[in-house]
Amino acid sequence: MRRGLAALVVAAVVVVAAISAAQSQATGNGDKLNVVASFSIMRDWVAIVGGDRVEVSALVGPGGDAHVYAPTPRDARIVGAARLIVVNGLGFEGWMDRLVQASATRAPVIVASAGVVPLPPPYPPPQAGEGRVGDRFGNRPAGIDPHAWQSVRNAEIYVSNIRDGLMRADPQGRGTYEANATAYIQELARLDAEIRRAVATIPPARRKVITTHDAFGYFAADYGIAFIAAQGVSTETEASARDIARIIRATREQTIPALFFENAVDPRLVRRIAAETRARIGGTLFSDALTAPPGPAATYVDMMRHNIREIADALR
Amino acid sequence: MRGRGGVMFIYDVLVSPFAEFEFMRRALVGVCGLALGAAPVGVLLMLRRMSLMGDAMAHAILPGAAIGYLMSGLSLFAMTTGGLIAGFMVALTAGALARATELKEDASLAALFLVSLALGVVIVSARGNSVDLLHFLFGNVLALDNETLVLIAAVATVSLLTLALIWRPLVLESVDAGFLRSVSRSGGPAHISFLALVALNLVGGFQALGTLLAVGIMILPAVISRFWSRDLTAMTVSAAVTGIVSGYCGLLLSYHAGLPAGPAVILFAGAVYCASVLFGPCGGLLRGLVSRRHLEA
Repeated sequence: MRRGLAALVVAAVVVVAAISAAQSQATGNGDKLNVVASFSIMRDWVAIVGGDRVEVSALVGPGGDAHVYAPTPRDARIVGAARLIVVNGLGFEGWMDRLVQASATRAPVIVASAGVVPLPPPYPPPQAGEGRVGDRFGNRPAGIDPHAWQSVRNAEIYVSNIRDGLMRADPQGRGTYEANATAYIQELARLDAEIRRAVATIPPARRKVITTHDAFGYFAADYGIAFIAAQGVSTETEASARDIARIIRATREQTIPALFFENAVDPRLVRRIAAETRARIGGTLFSDALTAPPGPAATYVDMMRHNIREIADALR
Repeated sequence: MRGRGGVMFIYDVLVSPFAEFEFMRRALVGVCGLALGAAPVGVLLMLRRMSLMGDAMAHAILPGAAIGYLMSGLSLFAMTTGGLIAGFMVALTAGALARATELKEDASLAALFLVSLALGVVIVSARGNSVDLLHFLFGNVLALDNETLVLIAAVATVSLLTLALIWRPLVLESVDAGFLRSVSRSGGPAHISFLALVALNLVGGFQALGTLLAVGIMILPAVISRFWSRDLTAMTVSAAVTGIVSGYCGLLLSYHAGLPAGPAVILFAGAVYCASVLFGPCGGLLRGLVSRRHLEA
């Protein structure tokens, strides 16, 4: 009994220590600009443009799903302590408005996608009884695909917006932010050219894939690769024979060379579809989140390089 | 000409899904194999008043399969072995508890299967995502690979052969356990082998229909057949046929109406069950009404 009590006390102390550690981390060290980004890709950009002058954290970390994130009280504290908040916008982080309100922060919110030409979602809205594609809470404004960062040209707009936001929040760092952003935008231009070269190696008739990802609309529009929706095989519902038959038929009729399904789809089902269509099973594509550092998509540039390599390998 | 169109229509509705798509043929072969093996087991379960036992064991398989999954991912062998061991263990434990404590066997089973279900869900969630969990709970009859089909066929073969061996003592024990005990000692071993068969068939069905529905293709055809015959052989045969027909029609439903395949198979069997409850010649509702009136007249 006594031992149990002691264990409880120790546990309580550990919890309190962890909370205060998190708190001091959240408030950061005094001289740096404390920025909160909504998810890993925004965080990557803020860190690159901000350099040494900013301390940036992401609310939804690497690998997390920012569509359906449920903010915690700790997030509200982090947002409350931030001097600048960077979000994607276009309805991607439906939970963000409530979080900003709840934290009662007066920090400016930078919508990094401002100025991007929005596209309609790549998939028509699912009909009744079919698998829903996209986010589960209907936060997204109808008719807008929020994954604008999948186009490297748009990424340049994002980075400029982040640069401007940082300069307004920390005018002394102007020079640093401008230099970092300019260097990075040059890197993005090289990346864009690299992707176009990779696409050019694919015969035009083979530039199409079947996918369950709903995040590649901007990529498709910019680089001329068709992403055809595998409707009904979503991660949330059980596929019916009709859905699978439809996918197989579409793949056969349009002679689509490759399937890119999310990891979340039953691998046996993917193999079955591939076997019946003679399409290749493509590797993993990353769309909504970066991977933790040792992974293949630890930065935005790595992610885009990885994706185009996988796509080109599967289609060539 | 018109007749020809009609034939084409029937062909399109009933045959062409299977002719065009291999996954449909595989699913059909899978449910046929399951129905053949599981239907006789289901009939015996029902005769022995152990229909709910099947359900309990199906849930009990989950943690075993989940441990297999934890150790080696979606490996068929690991999941099958784990499920088999867990299912069998729960059945034996329930029997032992019933003898050792004051609780009746059904009560211990109820307790054990709820615990196993919760444990299984926890174990799967520890490693996998929601899709893996869905796969565990509902299976995927549309994604049967060669290994799984071989497993289903092997299960059906083993269970039919074993039943041929232990059929007599099993039936005798179901009808008059005291008599069997007085003439032979085969009752105990037969009962244990029978439990093993139940677990085996559920593990086979688990891959296609998941823990929650695997027992459906075992029990529903058996219960349905009871409404159509009182003869054991006829019941067994009609249960197997009902299982196969439900599988075929359920897959067609899934194909034409876009329903999830596993639940569609079980739902179709459920519809047949409703019809049998109403119209079955052996104990159906209408039959009961008619014969009562007959007596009154």
